[in-house]
Amino acid sequence: MRPFSYERAHDLASAIRAASHQADAPLHAPIQFLAGGTTLLDLMKIDVMRPDRVIDINPLEKTFSEITVTPMGLRLGALARMSAVAHHPAVEREYPVVSQALKLGASAQLRNMASLGGNVLQRTRCSYFRDTSWHECNKRDPGSGCAALQGLNRKHAILGTSEHCIATYPGDFAQALIALDAAVEIAGAKGNREVPFRTLHKLPGDTPHIETSLATGEIIVSFHIPAGAYARRSLYLKVRDRESYEFASASAAVALDLADGVVREARIALGGVATIPWRAVEAEDVLKGTMLDEVRARVAAEAAFAGARTFGGNDFKPELGRRTLVRALLEAAALEIR
Amino acid sequence: MDANSPLKASLSASRALKLVLSVNGRDHRLSLDPRVTLLDALREHLGLTGTKKGCDQGQCGACTVHVDGQRVLSCLTLAASVEGKAVTTIEGLALDESTLHPMQQAFMDHDAFQCGYCTPGQIMSAVACVMEGLAETDDDIREYMSGNLCRCAAYPNIVAAIKQARAEMKRSRK
Repeated sequence: MRPFSYERAHDLASAIRAASHQADAPLHAPIQFLAGGTTLLDLMKIDVMRPDRVIDINPLEKTFSEITVTPMGLRLGALARMSAVAHHPAVEREYPVVSQALKLGASAQLRNMASLGGNVLQRTRCSYFRDTSWHECNKRDPGSGCAALQGLNRKHAILGTSEHCIATYPGDFAQALIALDAAVEIAGAKGNREVPFRTLHKLPGDTPHIETSLATGEIIVSFHIPAGAYARRSLYLKVRDRESYEFASASAAVALDLADGVVREARIALGGVATIPWRAVEAEDVLKGTMLDEVRARVAAEAAFAGARTFGGNDFKPELGRRTLVRALLEAAALEIR
Repeated sequence: MDANSPLKASLSASRALKLVLSVNGRDHRLSLDPRVTLLDALREHLGLTGTKKGCDQGQCGACTVHVDGQRVLSCLTLAASVEGKAVTTIEGLALDESTLHPMQQAFMDHDAFQCGYCTPGQIMSAVACVMEGLAETDDDIREYMSGNLCRCAAYPNIVAAIKQARAEMKRSRK
């Protein structure tokens, strides 16, 4: 690991002030915030991230880790740990997709460490991004190319790709946030702003090194998930190479508002298949106002992957993704709600 | 150990952090490079080599310790970030000089290892798993212990050991 200086944040404002004057995109900036460390230290050890100053924001944990359940919705502090939220009884009961997505991520140890804010910002597992002996990686080194396009790309994305990057967004929790139309509260030098969570991640396009809409120095402070008719009828289905402790090959976060089998509203987000946490709006539109059965679910899944582009190693993913979504929709429809 | 080893990199004094780490109930004063992980602090600076370095990148679980009672990976934890918290390692688990923790005894009773390298991490993780209430069924044990790899594949015996210790731990709590 390269040398860096370490300091602890004593209040949010000074942490933001310290990190606000950097020119680079936040994920490449020389000043990095340390929360759970499960992405940052990993990537520092393998020389992908190279901060020269690390600001430990864990001393702020008490203030920014609250889990608040109200009739209006769920507010989650960004420094809450994955395990605390996953096993919170009200989250398990009222927002099952949130609890399930968190429980199915990483391992028990990592979930005790990783914060929610860090979780949504975790970096891709693309092996060409993580292995610096490959010099081609537009995420790591803008303009250098993309080795995955012609390389081993079994785990790579089929939705939201560009000719510059096909790296998969690896997380699970973000899909739950998108399915439930969550907002994210961000603190910065100019104060706090709250934006729809789905606007946080940016498609790679021709700037894959810019992964989010966060400005330098900004910190995610909370997530707000509105209480909705569909929150209870929600689930997260994750299909992967191993039964546990593995990233998704395909996953679906699904939330349904049903009345006598008719879909009033459907919310769908896909994981393991896209460059960002992917909202499948086309599939939602197919379902709205219809009776949800296997045939209709299949039509929705076809719509979700109509724009898929494969790269050889991941040719299996559209069909895996479609089947994952069909199963998730049918399981969600069959849920007994109290 | 080589003076140039990154584990004990001797940078200028201004870069070194003066820390007090509480490990197994004892405070230790250390002067550490900011890069030193909790794992390296334990093994290289405090001589507590029970905690093992497997992958050193958060994938194998061999380095599992408890911080304020929570199981975490010491290889992805900066030593500096646990100042003021209570660290427990495999060396601090036994009840006294002559009495092993029920989980340690159960691993021996069930031969829940072969080479033994992953065992301290398995045991620390298993103790936490029982305390979390996530070791109630065999499936739960397999799921919530999935962060601890055993390349000798002693998994069936590890599950058996955890079940024995679970019963003992519940009894002793009453």
